[in-house]
Amino acid sequence: MKALERHRKLTTIWASEPGFRGWFSTVNHTDLGRMFLTTAFFFFIVGGLLAMLIRAQLATPHSAFAGAEIYNQIFTMHGTIMMFLFAIPTFEGLAIYLLPKILGSRDLAFPRLTAYGYWCYVFGGSMLLVAMVLGIAPEGGWFMYPPLSGPIHSPGINTDFWLIGITFVEISAIAAAVEITVSVLKYRAPGMSLDKMPIFAWYALITALMILTGFPPLILGSVLLELERAFGLPFFQVDLGGDSLLWQHLFWLFGHPEVYIIFLPAAGVISTVLPVMCRTPLLGYGWVVAAAVSLAFLSFGLWVHHMFTTGIPHMGLAFFSAASTLVAVPTGIQIFAWIGTMWKGKPDLRLPMLHILGFFCTFVIGGLTGVMVAVVPFDWQAHDTAFITAHLHYVLFGGFVFPIFAGLYYWLPHFTGRQRFFRLGEFAFALIFVGFHVTFLAMHWVGLLGQRRRIPTYAPEDGWTTINLISSVGSFVLAIGIAMVLLDVILHGLTFYRGPRNPWNAGTLEWAMTTPPPAYNFASLPHVTGREPLHDDPELPARLARGEGYLGTPKHDWRETLTVDIASGRPDMHVIYPGNTRLPIVMSAVTGLFFLSLLLKFYWTVPVAVAGVICLAWRWVWKQGRKDDLEPMSLGRGLKVANAAMSRRSPGWWGTAFLLTANATFFGSLLFGFAFLWTVAPGWPPPAWLAASPFELGAGLAGAVLSSGAMRHTMRTNRKGGKPVLGLILTLAGALAIAFACAALMTRAPAPVEHAYGATLLVLGGYGLFHACLAALMVVFLIARVRGGYTSSGRQAEFSIVTLWVDYAAVIGVLILLVAHASGFSS
Amino acid sequence: MLSGAGVIFALVMVLLVLPYRAQNGPKGETRQIRVWIVGLGLAFPMTVLAALLGYGLFVGEQLLPRDLPDVVRVGAEGRQWAWTFTYEDAPGTTTQDVLHIPAGRPVDVAITTADVIHSFWVPRLAGKLDAVPGRANILRIEADAPGVYQGLSAEFSGAGYDRFTFSVTAHDAAGWQAFLRGDER
Repeated sequence: MKALERHRKLTTIWASEPGFRGWFSTVNHTDLGRMFLTTAFFFFIVGGLLAMLIRAQLATPHSAFAGAEIYNQIFTMHGTIMMFLFAIPTFEGLAIYLLPKILGSRDLAFPRLTAYGYWCYVFGGSMLLVAMVLGIAPEGGWFMYPPLSGPIHSPGINTDFWLIGITFVEISAIAAAVEITVSVLKYRAPGMSLDKMPIFAWYALITALMILTGFPPLILGSVLLELERAFGLPFFQVDLGGDSLLWQHLFWLFGHPEVYIIFLPAAGVISTVLPVMCRTPLLGYGWVVAAAVSLAFLSFGLWVHHMFTTGIPHMGLAFFSAASTLVAVPTGIQIFAWIGTMWKGKPDLRLPMLHILGFFCTFVIGGLTGVMVAVVPFDWQAHDTAFITAHLHYVLFGGFVFPIFAGLYYWLPHFTGRQRFFRLGEFAFALIFVGFHVTFLAMHWVGLLGQRRRIPTYAPEDGWTTINLISSVGSFVLAIGIAMVLLDVILHGLTFYRGPRNPWNAGTLEWAMTTPPPAYNFASLPHVTGREPLHDDPELPARLARGEGYLGTPKHDWRETLTVDIASGRPDMHVIYPGNTRLPIVMSAVTGLFFLSLLLKFYWTVPVAVAGVICLAWRWVWKQGRKDDLEPMSLGRGLKVANAAMSRRSPGWWGTAFLLTANATFFGSLLFGFAFLWTVAPGWPPPAWLAASPFELGAGLAGAVLSSGAMRHTMRTNRKGGKPVLGLILTLAGALAIAFACAALMTRAPAPVEHAYGATLLVLGGYGLFHACLAALMVVFLIARVRGGYTSSGRQAEFSIVTLWVDYAAVIGVLILLVAHASGFSS
Repeated sequence: MLSGAGVIFALVMVLLVLPYRAQNGPKGETRQIRVWIVGLGLAFPMTVLAALLGYGLFVGEQLLPRDLPDVVRVGAEGRQWAWTFTYEDAPGTTTQDVLHIPAGRPVDVAITTADVIHSFWVPRLAGKLDAVPGRANILRIEADAPGVYQGLSAEFSGAGYDRFTFSVTAHDAAGWQAFLRGDER
């Protein structure tokens, strides 16, 4: 087969539908990555315009530009959009676009999930935009502290838009994180062991794992606050056994890792781009990976530094102050590894490098002011002043926007296959750099003079007028600079000025394809022997196009790729992807209906939406799979591996395992909340405890043992060629027993609207009931699959996936019932 | 702290500019890692941060409320958007948006809230401390000289936040006694 013929054949197999209709049915990571990035930049512009409104308001004292109500909406939405609708989705979009290409694979692990996450993001973001246009946007600050955001002090729908809209968007973050984790671990080119992985993949993996463990506390907090607002369950009302500090803990348990979730991908871009700009490999690869990992761990240990002024004992503050200063160490290692790389190589001043230098300058200042506010007595003065606003913009703009612009200009030729004709970018960089520093250096100053954050106006006698005006002028220069970047990118898209294939002479695999990239990425998959395959073998692109790698012969209409063993990079499974489908967009629309019903309090459509999601999810998994066993596949180069459906550790199993990791964090946060309220909240003990019932407890525990044991037995029976249906029915019975015990707990929780104790039991019971029902549903699905002939003693992947869910339901069921009934016994 | 930060910033900038100027001969990767990562990346921040942390904790301990014989106790209750102050030495006396204290004596302010979270902050007298529902946080303040000190709430609290300020009046000994007797009001 000739290279061109192979290209045509692969393109027919992999291409999305032509025209704009393709947007709605594509599951291709290149398309979705571009769509993610475009949408994220759209939100960046919206958030930027809001920032301009803020600066217009603060430019002069006694400004009548916007009243306090509107101003509060503006700054709340500015923070919310930049954090949730720009920064995180930009990382997701970049990783979705880049990872399969840089890892030498053809797509991400779960193509339909990519699309589902994207549409959840679009619909959730639209909800917030609509709220803003209607003037009912959230107004309580992006941190949404109760009681200010509670039902008493914020009765309107504004806060609900935040809680529900952001939770909806968060689904896309979790989906992308599962996807990225499994893709980096399993979907790599053969031979790419962990230590040969491009550094960007390491950063993406660490960030994705942080999203999986960092976002659940916020989702839990949002759920609890929404339950309080909609149904009066008093989790955060102090006179009813709740505690507003619980929100602060949950929020910052998310919120601080969030800062590093934003910074690490940007650091990944720098670690990728900077060495190329210096024409040398990165200095201290292993050290940088270790630094990023330790940064991830440390970042979970310092959420309390956002609460230094809440009256926490000084010993506790000392611990978190130490952790906060310690986090500067791994950051320092990375910074000096980059500077060392510059000394080692021959750095140049092309446009991406300019933005990286902008990053250094800005981020180092942000880091130094960060160390200042980590010192408790200093923070007692600076907290909640414009000094903090300035600090966080130095960290986020310096640590995210500059690197992302570096990445934008670095990969722009890859996105389009062209090179820049008009050289607006250099001028735009100068405007951005100068504008940024004028704006925010001034803001440090005015903060130290005592200007608080979030005030809509101030008086001339405060003496802040000149500084604020300077700051506002700077911000408009910055805005013009960013508008010029946008113009530059648009002009780049309009001018057909073809560029060379590997314009930066980079060594990573994404440049081993034609640009703009074909839908299938690589005509055949490379065998990787080093960190920079293109430098090791400059002829690689041509050899791959000639089909000299793996999977070079298109078969049937299969979208094929392979997975590898996590550590060694040895191929272990053959994978056939699903093709184009509208299922993801339909399913996310129905998911949106669920959230919208909750938002508008149309509770009768909630069950409709839930039933819809169940049906669609059923169809989603049903469509995959075959009724016959596939022989081990020949991958080319004399290698044969089994199909993923024949494996006990299929990609679906890995995805489930990481989804359950996030889920377990959610559950752990819930237990933490229960313990926190019990021991710290002032309004305890509750007026009435649960009347413990040995019968319910026994039924639930027996159900857990039965379901888990029966499921394992079934899996063994099936593998030996026996009939699995009876065992599955026993598993179902066990799951239903857990569901019964949890439902009973919910009905008997003492007066949930009168005390946080009952409310927490209600939520715990609800969580158990949900998972028991979910496990039961999956067992029913598996019975249908067995009867439909979709499983065999060889095709066992679905059994091990359902086992994970059954085990999870059993474990959390046991924990919930023990905790709840023990609280009843002990009193 | 600012000058230290300035020095570190200047150092980083110089390190960034130098590779564009100097021609570096090739050196061993191990040696470079030792210089850049172990030396500048690991040892240097550890030293600086340990010193800074120790200093911060020391100062923080100094600022903690300690039992002294002449401590004056007052209460500050925030609500949207006014502060109400009470006085242990003058039961029944309350003042609105003006806190009276004696100069030259340590004052413990018990900070509470009637509705949402607020923060009590008199920049020239002490750092800020939050008013959290269901809790009383104690802040030690002390005015060296009689006079009026501006104070403000430093936790976003909704539409009236920008106007949510108060003042602290520090009296000399005689003025304080007069205030306690109720002469001044």
